[in-house]
Amino acid sequence: MNLLNLFKIAYKALLLNKTRAFLTMLGIVIGISSVIAMVSLGQSSSQSINNQISTMGTNLIMVMRASQRQGGVNVGSTNVQTLTVNDVEAIRSQAKYISAISPLVNVSGQLVNGSNNWPGSVQGGNAELISIRKYKVASGTNFTETDVRNSAKVCIVGETVVKNLFTNGESPLGKMIRFNKIPFKIIGVLESKGQNQMGQDQDDVVIAPYTTVQKRIAAITYIHMIMASASSEETASLATQEIETILHDTHKLRADEQNDFDVRTQQEMLEMMNSVSGFLTVLLSAIASISLLVGGIGIMNIMYVTVTERIKEIGLRMAIGAKNRDILLQFLCESIILSLIGGILGILLGLLLSYGASIGLNWPFIASVPAIGISFLVCAATGIFFGWYPAKKAASLDPINALRYE
Amino acid sequence: MNEIIRIAQLRRTFQVGSEQVHALKGISFTIYSGEFVSIMGTSGSGKSTLLNILGCLDRPTSGEYFIDGNPVSQRSKDELSVLRNRKIGFVFQSYNLLARTTALENVALPLLYNNTVSAKERREKSIRALEQVGLQDRMLHLPNQLSGGQQQRVAIARALVNDPVILLADEATGNLDTRTSYEIMSLFQQLNEEGKTIAFVTHEPDIANFTGRMIQLRDGHIVKDTPLVTQSAGAALAALPVNDD
Ligand SMILES: Nc1ncnc2c1ncn2[C@@H]1O[C@H](COP(=O)(O)OP(=O)(O)O)[C@@H](O)[C@H]1O
Ligand SMILES: [Mg+2]
Repeated sequence: MNLLNLFKIAYKALLLNKTRAFLTMLGIVIGISSVIAMVSLGQSSSQSINNQISTMGTNLIMVMRASQRQGGVNVGSTNVQTLTVNDVEAIRSQAKYISAISPLVNVSGQLVNGSNNWPGSVQGGNAELISIRKYKVASGTNFTETDVRNSAKVCIVGETVVKNLFTNGESPLGKMIRFNKIPFKIIGVLESKGQNQMGQDQDDVVIAPYTTVQKRIAAITYIHMIMASASSEETASLATQEIETILHDTHKLRADEQNDFDVRTQQEMLEMMNSVSGFLTVLLSAIASISLLVGGIGIMNIMYVTVTERIKEIGLRMAIGAKNRDILLQFLCESIILSLIGGILGILLGLLLSYGASIGLNWPFIASVPAIGISFLVCAATGIFFGWYPAKKAASLDPINALRYE
Repeated sequence: MNEIIRIAQLRRTFQVGSEQVHALKGISFTIYSGEFVSIMGTSGSGKSTLLNILGCLDRPTSGEYFIDGNPVSQRSKDELSVLRNRKIGFVFQSYNLLARTTALENVALPLLYNNTVSAKERREKSIRALEQVGLQDRMLHLPNQLSGGQQQRVAIARALVNDPVILLADEATGNLDTRTSYEIMSLFQQLNEEGKTIAFVTHEPDIANFTGRMIQLRDGHIVKDTPLVTQSAGAALAALPVNDD
């Protein structure tokens, strides 16, 4: 029998029971659509993380206090006060691969302008912090080294802070706001950067000289963090090693002693997040594959019932000249058609789902071509694999018994 | 005259558990082109077993069988399928039409398994076969929209569509009332007059009387093989009381 006739026979047989055909397909539709959605969303999320690299800068380096163990007890990094302005100066004077460096002191509290309140935090740095963080001053000016030396009560604010403290739209420049009762004069407003990949609002920020934050707000002499820019993306890891060596020296650590600080590049953080999202993608795809498997078993189940129901039809087809192979191929063809149509619907639904989700999450939408191709092959394989046994059973029927079957 | 079917010393033995059931115990006859033969016998006498072998659905345990000059006994399963498809037209007691499938598509079914027939030929031949059985205005009806007699006509058209060398009918009137049975027999007589060779299994003597030769089986043996004076089914139909149904 030629393939066209075969296809026609299988197709007509399926049309005789449309509802059942649809319900059978549903398992495959759900399986494939969830695989497609998972893979596609996984790729979207890592794409969104990668996009963030360009806005954050891959050459950003952060030095944090290491969490330390005292007598086996992890006391957490907040209790450790190992980083100082001296470290910053040491790095500045010795490092070759650093283009900018700033201390960071971070205090959270309440921002107040008249009757407007806004919970926020002030980040203290030097004049370079803004460029290290890839911010730009939209209006007004950055503070100067003189402001830092004088612990001047000046600050630069982000859009979100402006929106919440200056509700009737007046210009914030030159205005005084209070942070934890300390007055600050706004001398600049930052260009908006929107959310980062963690969903944090990067415009919800107040930046001031670190000396001011240290002395007038936090009353501390150490700093929380060091932020630096490597001179280029390529030298980021060299710069990291350099900083480690310098701080190892300035902290007077023995050669075998564990560092009391952590040096991280933005790149590393992003890679870490990528690997987490990659792992999640694999995990979710694995779960989705199980639903595909269940869908396949559904097809097998229905095909099996179909064969039993149609024993008389099979006997008749044999009596009028169908070979065993014709019967085998007919039932195989039916299950392949079911799984392929289910697969196509599943691919469309999966793309639709991931499109919706990526819009909702503000991620780029990616239709994974390999995932679609593989899904298609998997569907065909599912149809063949799960259709084989029932089809074999149909083909091995004895025509006389089949015709007599009631 | 052409030999359509020749069997010699045909035996068929079934193994049921440890016992052997001898359904056919050495049967020989020849059916010539243009004959209308009835195969008679009580239930269990071996009629269906014989017809299944003649129809290449089953193979004899021993003996010889030629259809249209071709030896059948040693054929493979696939070769038997091709013989069924090209040489034989089956009519069953219970019609065996595909449900929810039009008369035309039911009739076309055997041709789907024949690569040498194009879609266009398939349609033409199916329409012609339906015309032969008088159903030209029921072509797109579904089986459940047809009476029993009409369904059997569709089944006969399906048996005719590949222009077989012989029509094999197994109790083809078994599910029908007397009037409809006679109508179907009248159709078979008409097909026979047009040249079709027919072997018709029945256990009803009045149905056998519409054929031209009767082979009687008992316990797997032929006990009688005689020519009959063919009665006209049309005349018998006219003689039926009007309010029979
Ligand atoms: N597949 C089978 N297995 C065992 N015995 C069978 C089988 N088919 C038929 N027989 C036996 O062969 C004999 C003839 O059966 P059958 O040809 O169906 O009779 P008929 O059609 O004349 O009523 C019966 O005794 C029946 O029980
Ligand atoms: Mg019988």
